[in-house]
Amino acid sequence: MRIAPTFNVALRALRRNKLRSVLTALGIIIGVGAVIAMVGIGNGAKAQVEAQIASLGQNVILIFSGSTTSSGIRTGWGGAGTLKIEDAEAIRREVPGVIGVSEEVVSTTQVAAGNQNWFTRIYGESADYFDIRQWPLADGAPFTSQDVRSANKVCVIGRTTATQIYGNENPIGQILRIKEVPFTITGMLTPKGLSTQGVDQDDIVIMPYTSAMKRVIGGTTLRNINVQIADAQQLEAAQQQIVSLLRQRHNIRPGRDDDFTVRNQQEIAQAATATSRVMTLLLGAIAGVSLVVGGIGIMNIMLVSVTERTREIGVRMAVGAHGTDILTQFLIEAVTLSSGGGVIGIICGIGASKVLSAYANWPTLISISSVAIAFLFSAAVGIFFGFYPARKAAALDPIEALRYE
Amino acid sequence: MDINNGAIVSLIDIHKTYRTGETEVPAVRGVSLEIKRGEFVALMGASGSGKSTLMNILGCLDRPTTGQYILDGADVSRLDRDRLADIRNRQIGFVFQNFNLLPRTSARENVELPLVYSEQRLTHAELREKADRVLTSVGLAGREDHYPSQLSGGQQQRVAIARALINQPEVLLADEPTGNLDSRTSVEIMAIFQRLNERGITVIMVTHEPDIAAYAKRNVMMRDGVILSDHLVLQRADAGSQLQQQPASPS
Repeated sequence: MRIAPTFNVALRALRRNKLRSVLTALGIIIGVGAVIAMVGIGNGAKAQVEAQIASLGQNVILIFSGSTTSSGIRTGWGGAGTLKIEDAEAIRREVPGVIGVSEEVVSTTQVAAGNQNWFTRIYGESADYFDIRQWPLADGAPFTSQDVRSANKVCVIGRTTATQIYGNENPIGQILRIKEVPFTITGMLTPKGLSTQGVDQDDIVIMPYTSAMKRVIGGTTLRNINVQIADAQQLEAAQQQIVSLLRQRHNIRPGRDDDFTVRNQQEIAQAATATSRVMTLLLGAIAGVSLVVGGIGIMNIMLVSVTERTREIGVRMAVGAHGTDILTQFLIEAVTLSSGGGVIGIICGIGASKVLSAYANWPTLISISSVAIAFLFSAAVGIFFGFYPARKAAALDPIEALRYE
Repeated sequence: MDINNGAIVSLIDIHKTYRTGETEVPAVRGVSLEIKRGEFVALMGASGSGKSTLMNILGCLDRPTTGQYILDGADVSRLDRDRLADIRNRQIGFVFQNFNLLPRTSARENVELPLVYSEQRLTHAELREKADRVLTSVGLAGREDHYPSQLSGGQQQRVAIARALINQPEVLLADEPTGNLDSRTSVEIMAIFQRLNERGITVIMVTHEPDIAAYAKRNVMMRDGVILSDHLVLQRADAGSQLQQQPASPS
């Protein structure tokens, strides 16, 4: 085959019509750029969700008060108030493989120190909580099991709350008034940043659940129980045992619905990543449409080009070009336009997602595979949309092509 | 080996019929013609006489419906598209009435065109050297980088002749080569043809102008798809000496 000279011929033809070539490639540039940027945004969101889910802790089972809808979205949690402290103790005692249990109650309230005050979230937990969530302290010490048993007036504080109340002062050892009850701050948590829902996870005060129930929130039921299992292999069995244990403790007859909801971390992760996967797919599909539109643009210009250069094709055939030479020439032109546009589009897409990350504060993640797929797809668009015009050119009759006006 | 005793072109009872819808239009109706190596033939006739169709067949652009075409000892009348393309590339040079140069492409690149589709692999420098040599031989030294739009009609036709010569063909086919040129430039082109013919290239030229046909050695007249007359030119015009008599106009 005479690929090399044909390649030169094709490139020369593109150079002869610079503006047209650039405008034609622009369709692909925009298409590929959009795909790269959109998939980058989608993947970034997915990665963030996954990181958040992982921060829930390893091999964690969550038990919520109240039941669920079939899709797994919690409704009316806590409101039902079906989980008791004794339930958590029973799980700790009877379910094999459990290495940590944290009874959880949640409220929001005003906290104050000196002349500063701040509206924040109060979490009541057991001493196991920091291990379960893998949430170490940045400074000071966590509260102990002894503090939990005695319902001591101690708490640890998140970075945001600390800054709001104490500014740059060290909060450790300071007194924080919560509902007019003075709590001693024993430690400050390492910052976690925003959650996927945009909630500032560092805007928090964590105290023993006993203290929270007795002195701040009131009530006798738990919102949820966090359970950590030693080994991922035991997770399924432990979950089943928890369900049957709680059904038995709550006297639920067979055939009736649970009055609680058990979810393990993997299920939550699957639900969350499924959502973001759908979103990535959707964004990618919308961007893909513009890539196809770009391809149609290439086909359009190639068809115009074949008509316009009919005489040229006739001359080439008269001096010995085979049909395949002409086909190759026009295919190379189309693929050069589309893959060249693809490369520029990839650069633009990466640039756009970097700008979005920097200014709109959206996490973006450009994977090698999405770049490779976008490039191969743009080349494929060139072949697909270039083939028909190229074949049309190759099938021309040299006599008629030479006579074409 | 040479079955046609020195004939480079040999047509045996060539018919060509075009089919437009239901009706069949015969364009060439039984032409037998033999052209020897080194001849200069003018193919004449009014439009519709079948001379262009015959020219397309001679140029291997088209195949006869029936009959045989022996080119340089080989039957080419039943070859497929690609084989015909190879024959055009190696054995035939084309010159057209409207030059058919590629626009916005330098004279040199136009001349190099047949080499792109040739079997011989030349380097860029070899291509260039070869093209420049042929351009010089048709009197276009110094115009290698000009675009067709920057050249006069006569110069464009010379680029086309250089393109036809680049693969050193045995047969040069010219379709109304002077149709778009003034009379003096026509004589210049005829001088080139006569010089090439003296060097041994067989020239076959379609024309309807008798004074252009007078530069050939042999005139073949067609009408209604058959050969009407076929005779040698007795008083042959010599383009070279005509040019010497006329002082050169600034071109």
